Amino acid sequence: MSLEAEADGGQVGGQVSRGQEVEPLTFSRRERRQLRRQLGWVEQTLAGVTEAIERAVFTEEHARRPGWLQGLDPRIKIGMFMVTVLAASLSHSLLVLLLLYGLLLLVARASLLPFDFFVRRVWLGIPFFAGVVILPSIFFTSGGPRLFELDLGPLHLGPTPASLLGAAVFVMRVGDAVSLAVLLILTTRWADLLKSLQILHVPQIFILLLSMTYRYIFLFLHTVNGFFEARKSRTVGFTSGGEQRAWIVTALVTLMNRSFQMSNEVYAAMCARGFTGTIRTYSDYRLRSGDVLALLGAALLAIGLFFLGRVLL
Amino acid sequence: MSETQASTLQPGTVIYRLRGVRYRYHGRHLALDGIDLEISHGEQIALLGANGSGKSTLLKLLDGLLAPEEGSMRALGRDIKAVAAGQETFTFHRQVGLVFQDPDVQLFSATVFDDVAFGPLQLGLPREEVKRRCQEALELMEIGQLADRAPFELSGGEKKRAAIASVLSLQPEVILLDEPTASLDPRTKWVLVNLIRRLGEQGRTIVTATHELEIVPLIAQRVIVLGEERRILADGQPGEILRDRALLVRANLIHPQLHRSWSLTLEAEAEPQRPSDTAASSL
Repeated sequence: MSLEAEADGGQVGGQVSRGQEVEPLTFSRRERRQLRRQLGWVEQTLAGVTEAIERAVFTEEHARRPGWLQGLDPRIKIGMFMVTVLAASLSHSLLVLLLLYGLLLLVARASLLPFDFFVRRVWLGIPFFAGVVILPSIFFTSGGPRLFELDLGPLHLGPTPASLLGAAVFVMRVGDAVSLAVLLILTTRWADLLKSLQILHVPQIFILLLSMTYRYIFLFLHTVNGFFEARKSRTVGFTSGGEQRAWIVTALVTLMNRSFQMSNEVYAAMCARGFTGTIRTYSDYRLRSGDVLALLGAALLAIGLFFLGRVLL
Repeated sequence: MSETQASTLQPGTVIYRLRGVRYRYHGRHLALDGIDLEISHGEQIALLGANGSGKSTLLKLLDGLLAPEEGSMRALGRDIKAVAAGQETFTFHRQVGLVFQDPDVQLFSATVFDDVAFGPLQLGLPREEVKRRCQEALELMEIGQLADRAPFELSGGEKKRAAIASVLSLQPEVILLDEPTASLDPRTKWVLVNLIRRLGEQGRTIVTATHELEIVPLIAQRVIVLGEERRILADGQPGEILRDRALLVRANLIHPQLHRSWSLTLEAEAEPQRPSDTAASSL
């Protein structure tokens, strides 16, 4: 509903002449609810954009801290990550997986990561996503004594100790793997992480594209933020769902146009500095004895956990 | 920089010659029309013009990124059409560096260091030389501490400095700057003015596009004014151009109501201050 339409309802003051006091806009309860809802999605989008930027800055800040993992060569860290994830994936022992998680908490501590943030980041999502996957296998059991039974017509469901243990192992394995990924990401600058992918023989053009995508996504997030702030500042009445959708489409088109123009300009800037199609990158990584020892330690740990899991089974 | 690349050009040699140059974007939007221009090596030129007068387009032509639609243009002994088509572009860009107006365009790598290293790496220089050049360029722009930062973490002024460092690491003989001081705080602006002067004193050719008149006498010995008709309105010395109030109004560089007493620039010209900043001392 536009302001004019509101004025027809007699709720809004007419034209204001000099010296005349401006009457406040008054809305009915239903209209106020609509307006809150309307502003709500703008607020949510703004909050989402801001959070994405803040998270990236936060991650970069942690990667610069003088912690243990931060001091290691990123290529070594990728190696350590891979062998440890492999050990966690092959393990069927809950005890081994818990032991590994305990070690990861110690490593997070040594890398100066905030304990609650590290734990929350891993465990807030996993119970939901892993739980959805594992839930049927907990209740659809055959054989073995059930802890309790649910009779749903022809279906007789119930968890057994074995199905619960299996679910716990699965969730813990996912928890360990995600913790390892979070450790790697929080202690390694994005630029170093991408460059290190070269040791996995990821093509350089792919790394360059990823790097440029990461760099420009923030620029476009700022642009989107500007769009939404401008819209919020001009939201003085109601707009229909159709008008809102039309605005979003227009914003998307504008953003796409800008990104297209920007890509042309960026390419020109690359050519202006001698780019002829061949990708050349600079990396100043040097392996030190501490790096080699860390990789060796991770490999031994992975082997140890693998055999310990076998013994415990 | 301490080991400045030896210039292969003699001061005073004509390095750019444009005759009747016309350029339109997408064949429709006229950006430049009938440009006749000569630039000699070692000149420091201010390219003045209002928004949309074609300054950025002219700089892109000088950098061989665009080719004129009509007219002829030779740059550093080459036909610019050939350069824009990709021939000899590699050697041409060793000699000519362009600092874009929008630093976000120029900073496309994941870190500031990677951006500064991009040019020298394209030249195929050895790693140690790349590192040395990058460190020098970063120190020169006083942003050594930002080398590992991602561009999105930088302020506007820091981005501008990083963008200039990314061109300086190429050690070009001709430096083209598109609005280098736009939207900068006075201190950062002063550092850049200082840098442009120092680079000029080393005999490099510098073309600075700007519409900030107060910096013109400090950075240029010659001023070219582009009009809103996308043609050259005037070409002369800073004092001569900046005293011509009617010309500046016509070029939309000053407004009769906003600039009633136009004396600031002339005072600066009469008594040019020697920049005392430490920046650029080793270049």
